[in-house]
Amino acid sequence: MGHHSSGKNYINEEPGLLSWFTSLDHKRIAILYFVSVMTFFLVGGIMALLLRLELFAPNTTANVGQVLKNGDVYNQVLTYHGAIMVFMVIIPGIPAILGNFFLPLQIGAKDVAFPRLNLASWYVLMLGATLAILTFFNSKIDTGWTFYTPYSIRTGSSVVMMVVAAFIMGMSSILTGLNFIVTVHKLRAPGMSMFRMPLFTWAIYSTAILQVLATPVLGITLLLLVMERTFGVGIFDPKLGGDPVLFQHFFWFYSHPAVYIMILPAMGVVSELITTYSKKTIFGYTAIAYSSIGIAAVSFFVWGHHMFVSGQSEVAGIIFSFLTMLVGVPTAIKMFNWLATLYKGSIQFSAPMLFALGFLFLFAIGGVTGIMLAVTAIDVHFHDTYFVVAHFHYVMVGGTLMAIMGGFFHWFPKMFGKMYNETTAIASWVFIFIGFNVTFFPQFILGAKGMPRRYFDYVLEYEQLNKISTMGSWLITIGFLIGLYTIIRGLTSGAKAPDNPWGAKTLEWQTSSPPIMHNFDHDPVVTAGPYEYK
Amino acid sequence: MSTSRLVNGVEVASHYRDEKHQYASNKEGIWLFMVTEILMFGGLFVGYILFHSLYPEMFAEGASFLDWKLGFINTLVLIFSSLTMALGIYFNQVGQPKKATWALAITILCGAIFMVIKYFEYTHKFHMGIFPGKFLDPAMMAEYGHTVQNSNLGLYFGFYFCMSGLHGLHVLIGMGLITWVMIKNIKGDFNPKYYTPIEGVGIFWHIVDLIWIFLFPLLYLVG
Repeated sequence: MGHHSSGKNYINEEPGLLSWFTSLDHKRIAILYFVSVMTFFLVGGIMALLLRLELFAPNTTANVGQVLKNGDVYNQVLTYHGAIMVFMVIIPGIPAILGNFFLPLQIGAKDVAFPRLNLASWYVLMLGATLAILTFFNSKIDTGWTFYTPYSIRTGSSVVMMVVAAFIMGMSSILTGLNFIVTVHKLRAPGMSMFRMPLFTWAIYSTAILQVLATPVLGITLLLLVMERTFGVGIFDPKLGGDPVLFQHFFWFYSHPAVYIMILPAMGVVSELITTYSKKTIFGYTAIAYSSIGIAAVSFFVWGHHMFVSGQSEVAGIIFSFLTMLVGVPTAIKMFNWLATLYKGSIQFSAPMLFALGFLFLFAIGGVTGIMLAVTAIDVHFHDTYFVVAHFHYVMVGGTLMAIMGGFFHWFPKMFGKMYNETTAIASWVFIFIGFNVTFFPQFILGAKGMPRRYFDYVLEYEQLNKISTMGSWLITIGFLIGLYTIIRGLTSGAKAPDNPWGAKTLEWQTSSPPIMHNFDHDPVVTAGPYEYK
Repeated sequence: MSTSRLVNGVEVASHYRDEKHQYASNKEGIWLFMVTEILMFGGLFVGYILFHSLYPEMFAEGASFLDWKLGFINTLVLIFSSLTMALGIYFNQVGQPKKATWALAITILCGAIFMVIKYFEYTHKFHMGIFPGKFLDPAMMAEYGHTVQNSNLGLYFGFYFCMSGLHGLHVLIGMGLITWVMIKNIKGDFNPKYYTPIEGVGIFWHIVDLIWIFLFPLLYLVG
């Protein structure tokens, strides 16, 4: 595929800032998501820093060590941190940014199946996000991101608005998923069979299935919560004969698959990174592809593990416990295949690879502690302690955010046509990786010692570990700031990127950097698998 | 990317090979969207089954307040409207757009009849003090000669109003969509080679009808 001689690409094809907000080009829409999701990440991150700052020291009678005004404010900050990070950062994160940009490129398509719907999805997300942020200026929400009944029926006047916001953001997620499914089914280039698709595309495809199948259930759950508050329909209200635990069932029927909506794309990114920077054909391509689908399928039958102490029957608890451990199988298949890919590869320790290796390390800890929590006997002890907090941050942050950062650096030259500075990128990794462990590893110990989650104060014996954890959060902050600096420096003064700086084999590296408007000069014809390193 | 070109007399977006490729893709998108609709109603059905198994006599009492004859008429109206909707697509396929317009108009009319009947059912209930959940008014119902047997009767009407209300909202949206394709049809936008929007709206309408076919026995006939 030759170079585009005119120097035109998707960035300079249409002039003016306004053209970005009306563009139907999947690459430009990806950049819209990039800017907005990163902004949300900043807001959610500041909330996290505030929470850690409050927990730096126990509150004394003289109010020393108290940063936030009182427990109510703490609950509100906690709620916004969770809701923003889940609904506005991690769920849209990789699929809407990297997926939007690279899924069509990786399968040799000119665009996603429904470009107009794609742009609409971004506007829908913005509408939901705006509503969510407006609640902050009305009466702040303190339900936690899970909106558990019956508390969410009684507290704060803007719960309805927040829930509607989450409903709308869910619609955005559904539409994005729908778009990707049809794109994968219908727009693959000639010769691009399903089992020649890059594993990142496989992961985004599995995620899309989850988005389409799980999110509607969240939709009706949230609608019923709105009905409960406005018309008192009683379905979740025990006073009227309803059942608040039903809300938890409905909620986790979505929100557990949503956990995999958050992690599957990260696994896809890691597959790309590991094979590219080991210069080696990925080990067990088919197994990795099928394990994505496997994880997606099993994820629908494990929601009860969030509810071991909710009063569900013991039999249900045992079944859910078993099914939850089953998730470990396809996940381990991925882990071992990645490790086998590294074996005897010519490994290049560049920033994206370091993030991928960081992912393997942190996700292993997050995954194994997940198996521990799946054991009902252990869960009863650890339930609602910092052990759980540490576990899901190891998966969500240690997993997904590491993959996002690695993916950004890996694809940065392709997205913007510029190279980033390797040294500062690696510095960013060092701070994020070390800072992450310093922040969250102590929380495993705190949890095991019995420190409950969601409290804004604690007894003296937890002080040392909390101090370490809070200091870790500062290291993470420095790491992300260095990452941001690297990206901005790369954008403003990075060297011009070649088409394929990493010697990668997937299709997106065969077009120009940045790609032209219609992605490829000539429609690609695929004759081999995605990772044929010789 | 918004460029398109004419292929076999049909405007085809540039990322599709030809009109058939575009048609198949659009149709898959619509079906996937229908999956999400069914799953959304699925939540309500699951809740219904759960509480019905817990309180069967309460559900029977609730259903006794509904007039099955009105529900039955509405069922017939919607089934008939599914026929006319299908005819709206068929007449376009065989190149008789005028007849298609009539078929679509009758479909909208059926939707309207359904909503009017629903309106009378709702207002009649409100009049008697039958509201969802905590707003159910046993004192007011007693004035109309109804003694409430089950203290949690409001829950039945929570389901009744949520399920039929969400369905009614879909009927309204469907009527709006059919109006949209009818206007496009009158303008002459469709021909035997291109009728995707009518078919898409048709699929939506059939799903909405189908949901009612489940709602009718569950809400009206369970007693």
